Amino acid sequence: MLKDITLGQYFPGKTVVHRMDPRTKLLLLIVYLVTVFLASTYASAALVIIFLVTVTWLARIPFKSMVKGLKPMLIFILFTAVLNLFYTKGGTLLLDWWIFHIYTEGIKTAFFMVLRIMLLVCGTFLLTYTTSPIALTDALERLLSPLKKIHVPVHELAMMMSIALRFIPTLIEETDKIISAQKARGADFETGSLIRRAKALIPILVPLFVSAFRRADELATAMECRCYHGGEGRTRMKVLRFTRLDLFAFFAGGLLLAAVIVLRHFGL
Amino acid sequence: MDPTTPIIEVKNLTHVYSAGTPFEHVAIKDIDLSFRPGELVGLIGHTGSGKSTLIQHLNGLLKPTSGQVLFKGENIWKDKKFTHSVRGKVGLVFQYPEYQLFEETCWKDIAFGPKNQGISGDELDARVRRAAGFVGIGDDLLEKSPFDLSGGQKRRVAIAGVIAMEPDVLILDEPTAGLDAAGRDSVLENIRAYQRAQNAAVIMVSHAMEEVAAICSRLIVMNHAGVAMDGTPAEVFVHSEELTEMGLSVPQVTTVFRLLRERGIDLPADVYTVPYALARLAERKEGRRC
Repeated sequence: MLKDITLGQYFPGKTVVHRMDPRTKLLLLIVYLVTVFLASTYASAALVIIFLVTVTWLARIPFKSMVKGLKPMLIFILFTAVLNLFYTKGGTLLLDWWIFHIYTEGIKTAFFMVLRIMLLVCGTFLLTYTTSPIALTDALERLLSPLKKIHVPVHELAMMMSIALRFIPTLIEETDKIISAQKARGADFETGSLIRRAKALIPILVPLFVSAFRRADELATAMECRCYHGGEGRTRMKVLRFTRLDLFAFFAGGLLLAAVIVLRHFGL
Repeated sequence: MDPTTPIIEVKNLTHVYSAGTPFEHVAIKDIDLSFRPGELVGLIGHTGSGKSTLIQHLNGLLKPTSGQVLFKGENIWKDKKFTHSVRGKVGLVFQYPEYQLFEETCWKDIAFGPKNQGISGDELDARVRRAAGFVGIGDDLLEKSPFDLSGGQKRRVAIAGVIAMEPDVLILDEPTAGLDAAGRDSVLENIRAYQRAQNAAVIMVSHAMEEVAAICSRLIVMNHAGVAMDGTPAEVFVHSEELTEMGLSVPQVTTVFRLLRERGIDLPADVYTVPYALARLAERKEGRRC
């Protein structure tokens, strides 16, 4: 059912990775993404893979869920691989047939591109698997709070984001229910021409929009009833605090970045 | 058809949600049930006891993890076409069905189901009007937008949308939830009218004990993903202590009679509706006089 497509869904847990401050995790992800793009040699790529596997192991995330996360990217990954394979020139010519030319350099570029995409996706999933969406928006709000000085509505944006995230499962459930109900009335979404299938969506979309607007209206009223008036003077129940764990995490992240830069410098 | 042969049967039915993930959850386990034409069955159980999962198996919306669902003796999953056709013969009305209305007029919305069955022309119009008649929606409302109706009217239009397929089995998930007393009575009356006219089997999920006590001929109590009790209302409501332990209530009049019995007054234990209670009390009075 639809529920199974919620990728990157938070896995509740109490491991060191779960306990880290979400701000740390967000910043570390940025460092990690930079590192992935810097790692263009075999040794440095191996180092990044070791880092990823270690963190995955620390977070006790089943390897299977990582692979499952990569599945929807398969077509994109294959497309990138094929494109890089045929369009990169350099090195020795391995295959020369009709319009297809494969060079050794092409194989290398394709390999690194595929590896990079996979590492990027896995790293991002690691963040969303171990951090609840609420913690994530909290972290984002805190990290962006300096922008308030130039009148960026940071709190409002973060609130909108957390509401949106909060309602994704609700709307998925609602969609599931509406689909079931229309199926119970004999609706058919799987067969027929493209136009017929598009038309078959109307019985789902109309009730979904009606209920989304109803929910938004109800939520706004409920928030006002509880005296919500924006971010000014608002305090938090859970205040984010950096701990020694975060210091250690930053240290590990910095070390990884430094090591990859050094390895790159020596061309290993 | 012989009224004693079951129209729908469930054998060893088990359903597990999100199998193999941290969210794995056994919703129903090893359920065996059968329903006959003309039966009006009340399905009760606290939230999460598996009622909704069970009813979604009966018309093939959910596929059993293990076990079988038989419609007139045939496995509903035997082929895709049969599964699809069963959905027209086993009508399922979801909770708050008015949230599924989508057409411009009530007529069009009620016609959605039968149209999907391949009915058109005069027959379609006749079906829509007949279904609207069962739920007391007049011709003047049929041309209106369903979004302009009152809550109770919307609910009845939505129920008509399923009745218009003229199913042999009609299943309703809390058809009266959130309605006022008048709306509740009319919906229940509509359901009974359909059941009598078509000799359909009706299965009604409900939390309102007074309601199921008043109209159902059989009650099924679900608890811990299984069937805990199955019998006539009298047989079920005798076990009022067990029902309370399961987080369910019994009709108020049953509780009153139980409390009276605890005070040493000799009263029957199988009382569950007010008229019946009055009759028994009158009997008792007569008995005293003699």
